[in-house]
Parts: sequence; structure tokens; C-alpha cells
Amino acid sequence: MSLLRIRNLSVDFATASGKFRAVDGVDQDVNTGEILAIVGESGSGKSVSMLAMMGLLPWTATVTADEMTFDGHDLLTISKRERRRVVGKDLAMIFQEPMSSLNPCFTVGWQIKETLRVHLGLSRKACHARAVELFEQVGIPDPERRLSAFPHQMSGGMNQRVMIAMAIACKPKLLIADEPTTALDVTIQAQILDLLTSLRDDNGMGLVLITHDMGVVAETAERVSVQYAGQKIEEQPVLPLFQSPHHPYTAALLDALPERATEKHLPTIPGMVPGQFDRPAGCLFSPRCKFANSKCKAEQPAPQGPDLGHARCFYPLNTDERIAS
Amino acid sequence: MLNYVLSRLLTFVPTFLGVTLISFAFIRVLPGDPIIVMAGERGVSQERYDQLAAQFGFDRPMYVQFWDYFTGVLQGDLGNSFVTKKPVWDEFFTLFPATLELSLCAMILAIILGLPAGVIAAVNRGKFFDRALMSTALVGYSMPIFWWALLLIIVFSGNLGWTPVSGRIDLLYYFPDPTGFMLIDSLASGQKGAFWSAIRHLILPTIVLGTIPLAVIARQTRSAMLEVLGEDYVRTARAKGMSPGRINSIHALRNALIPVITVIGLSVGTLLAGAILTETIFSWPGIGKWMVDSIFRRDYPVVQGGLLLIAVMVMIVNLTVDMLYGLINPKIRKR
Repeated sequence: MSLLRIRNLSVDFATASGKFRAVDGVDQDVNTGEILAIVGESGSGKSVSMLAMMGLLPWTATVTADEMTFDGHDLLTISKRERRRVVGKDLAMIFQEPMSSLNPCFTVGWQIKETLRVHLGLSRKACHARAVELFEQVGIPDPERRLSAFPHQMSGGMNQRVMIAMAIACKPKLLIADEPTTALDVTIQAQILDLLTSLRDDNGMGLVLITHDMGVVAETAERVSVQYAGQKIEEQPVLPLFQSPHHPYTAALLDALPERATEKHLPTIPGMVPGQFDRPAGCLFSPRCKFANSKCKAEQPAPQGPDLGHARCFYPLNTDERIAS
Repeated sequence: MLNYVLSRLLTFVPTFLGVTLISFAFIRVLPGDPIIVMAGERGVSQERYDQLAAQFGFDRPMYVQFWDYFTGVLQGDLGNSFVTKKPVWDEFFTLFPATLELSLCAMILAIILGLPAGVIAAVNRGKFFDRALMSTALVGYSMPIFWWALLLIIVFSGNLGWTPVSGRIDLLYYFPDPTGFMLIDSLASGQKGAFWSAIRHLILPTIVLGTIPLAVIARQTRSAMLEVLGEDYVRTARAKGMSPGRINSIHALRNALIPVITVIGLSVGTLLAGAILTETIFSWPGIGKWMVDSIFRRDYPVVQGGLLLIAVMVMIVNLTVDMLYGLINPKIRKR
């Protein structure tokens, strides 16, 4: 059985102008020791689905699912108290902006020790020893001194390391990294990704990497789930996805990578992600898809089988017959 | 931190100069003449008037008078009251403890009730408690203070007879007052019932004086908390599995305190200077009442000296507030 299992997850936000569906019928599985990347543009619901699973959405959100289990806990029926015992301990998350994600009023040492004290009930001395150990593990030099530093006294990269140290403090079974490198510069990005991968190797935890950077996906992930406008539109292991994407959106995303460009002008995807008011009746990608026909614009496609990457498309690309023809 | 304190102290210099000048000028631009006021209805002969004017130094040019006053201030001499002939300095520090005691009690009341109320309102945003509290706060903020005081006196002193109407302590009690704080002195005197009497006298003035700061603090705490609760680090705390109580009272409140401390500091300033109405209504022998009386008597040294001392007190409070910022949020210390 997989560590995290989500079936038909939907999230609706109550807004002043009515309901907005941010996540629409998403299935997701993560196994122990696996790296899953969730890819999509801004607003594709990739963060929201994971925040919903963690129970971190504001009260305006309504979460529904057929099934949502993590490590034997049913996250749909779990009590708030019970959830707090899992979240932060076995199920941890790091965020996009390390600078604003740490509390400016407390030292980073206090913030990491708080996790240790609340979840593991360690003594003051044991907390300190473990905090030093964690800082060493995530590559923060001079941990003893850094523990008494405030977030504003450190760089963004160092703060993200602190966030990671805090997240892995209780040896979680699953770590969700929500665009962990977006706010950092490129050299630091690579270091943070290496760190996350090596932590996965050492601790054997599952890792969900939420990103919009295909480069990060190619480097780090093992399995990729592509989301568009709240729906999961394709899922494949990383190599086949890059070699033969089945959904036109995935293909268009890959074509737009500068590394893969063959022409002088970089191909782009025309149009925008549909918002609250211009949601198409049929396939959500149909207004921007160069293959779309009248059927695509009228009916919602169901996901294809696993051999076609669960692609939500009537006419998936790179099928054997297309290659043959 | 020491540099920070010194640089803040340096900004006192121009403020101090300004306040000295304004307090000197303020009372002199008011119509009226202290000699005429002192003479009362009998009037005064021109000969005697000139003699008194020469005695007080009014015959000399204004800038000379100011220079005399200013050099006196620098030497710690604020002059003597025209009316009581006692040094302004002594009078101020005889009366100031009464005002300070009342202001502190009012402030403590406002903080003890206002902070938690604001936090609870923010956490229960839009619900019944929030709405009820915020409308009550608005009423408290907009209510005329004298009317509120009279209302309380009628109900609690008049109808119910629970609290005394005025003064700091029952006339039964007499004891030395080394500190000037009635609560401390009455306790130190060891007289039976004295402390209780002092408390009973404090209750109504404290409520009246504390009402506006209470409303301001509650509203400010609520809005600061609402802002902070939307911050990323609050989400991080929740992702760490911390309980809502812990998140609200530790992670969020500490950040929300910065703007709250600002209004607390401003309120302390206005309380020290502005307890006039409350002190007058409750015959509280503090500096507010003293200043009002002195303005009516055109007692130049008292008004200019009193204003200056009040301003210095407010400046000290502001400095303390600035220090507190640094203590609460280390990020500010750096700037």
C-alpha cells in the first residue's frame, strides 16, 4: 500500500464572486522513498492539493475526496488534535519563501527546538544536541552559533536549510517541498535540490516536489504528475514523460523549454490558464490546444489508461499507432 | 543597543528646545495678566503694578525673560509659583505620583483587558464575539469621558453606594506618604482598611481613564493579529503541528505586539498629560488639575514648567517604547 493515497480530491474556495474550484478530481499516490514531482503553471492547484492534505487551507476552502490516507491515518475523518500529532512529525512541509516562512521574532534555534520539544518531548539538552546535529545534516556551518541567529541575519539559502532542518527534525515519512528553490538563486537551487535528494536517500522518506521548473523535474524527480487548471492531466515516470509526453499540454510545456528549442523563437503556449469565469465546457486545455476539435470543446475527457500516462485527452500524443503512421 | 539609545537621546535635544520655547510662549500669548489676576477685584495701583512687574521681570524684553528661564531650566530651576511661592519642581513632584498612579492603573486595566479581547476577536473574526466586542470598543472610544464618569458615579457611588465619589482615600486615614503612591503608602502604614479604601477610590477613575486606551488597544490588537495570522510563518507554525492556542499566543501575538506597543506608548503620553477631565471630576489631586488651575491663575512659571516636565515624561515614555520594539522584534534593533 502506498504511503499517501488520494482519490478524487477536490478543493473549492468560497470567494465573493461565488465558488472557485482550485483542485478538481485529483488522484495521487506517493510511496515510501519515492520522489514525485507535481508540475504546473501558477494557479494549477498543485500547492493547494498538498495544503488540503496537510489541513493548512484557510476556512474559506472546502475539501472533498473519496479517499485520502497517509500512513494508515484517514485524513478525511481525522480529528484536529490527531492531525496535529501527524503534521510536523511524520508529514512535513517546506515552503517557497524561506525568508517569510520563518518567524522574525524568534531565533532559528528556538523555532527548530520547538518542533522537537512538542513532538518528541525531548529535554532541553537533548533538543539542543539534536538541533546541532540537524543543522550539520543540512549543511549549515557553525551550527552552535547559528542556532542563536534570527532569520533576518541569514541568507535565503541558509534560511531554506533551516526550514528543511525543521521539517526533517522528527524524521518524517513524507516531505512536501512547495517550490523550495523558486526564491533562491540558481547555484543555491542546485545545492538545495541535492540536499533534498540526499536526505531522501538517508532517511528513506517520500518526497513530493511541487515546482513549475521542468529543469528541476528532470534533475530530481522519479515520477511526474502534470496539473492543469486544478486537474491532473498526465502522470508518467520522468524519462518516458520527457521522451514521449501523451497530453498536448505536457508536450507544449516541454517544447517551451529553452534547452530543447530548435527554432530561433522559443515556442510558447498561447492564451492563459482558465480562471473562475472562463472555464471551458469541455477539455480545460481545449482553448489553447492546437489539436482541439469540436468534441474537445464540448465534452470533458476522462483519463486514459496507465499505458498512456492517465492523460486526460481524447487524442493522446505519441501512441504507437501515431508513431507508426 | 547602546548606540541606539544614545542616538535616540540625541534626538531629544531639538525636541527639548522646542518644548521649552513653546511652553514659554504659550502662556504669554494667552490674554490676561498675572498681576491683574493676583490683585483680584480690588485692582492695583499703577505704582504697585510697575513694582510687581519689575519684581517678576516683566518689564524686561521678552528674549531676556526667555534666556533667564532657559538658563534656569538648564540648571534645574523652574522658578517659583506666583501663587504659592513654592518651587514648581517641588509642586510637580508632590502631585505627579497621584497622576502616575492613576495613569498606570488605567493603562494596566486597558492592557489586561484589551490585549486578550483583541486576540480573541481576531481569531473569531466575523463571529458574534468579534462583532460585539468591536461595537463595544467603538462606543467606548466615542463616548464623552465626563459623561461616562458621571454615569458611573450615579450608578456605583450614588445608587449602589459601592464606591466613593471623589478623592484618593477616606478622610479617616492619615499617614505619611514617602512615595506619593497611595496604594503603596496605605499598605506601608499598616492601618486597617486603608489599602482597601485606596483601592475603592481608584476603581472608578481607573475605569473612566482606561476606557479609551482599552478600546484603542483592543481594536489595534485585533487588526494587527488579523494581519499577522495571514503571514507565511503562521502557516509554517501550523505545518509544524502546533496547537492554535500556541500559534495565536506565541507565534502571532509577539509579531502583532509592535503596532500595539506603539498605541500603548501614545496612550501613556496622553494619559499623563490628559487625565485633566478625570482628575477634575473625581477631585484627584494630580498634575492635570494643577495645570488647569494654574492656567486660570496665569501662573506663568507653573504653566511653562509643568508643560515642560509633562513633555519630558512623554519623551521618556516614547523612548521606552522604542526600546521595547527592539526587545520584541530583533529585526528593528539592527536599523
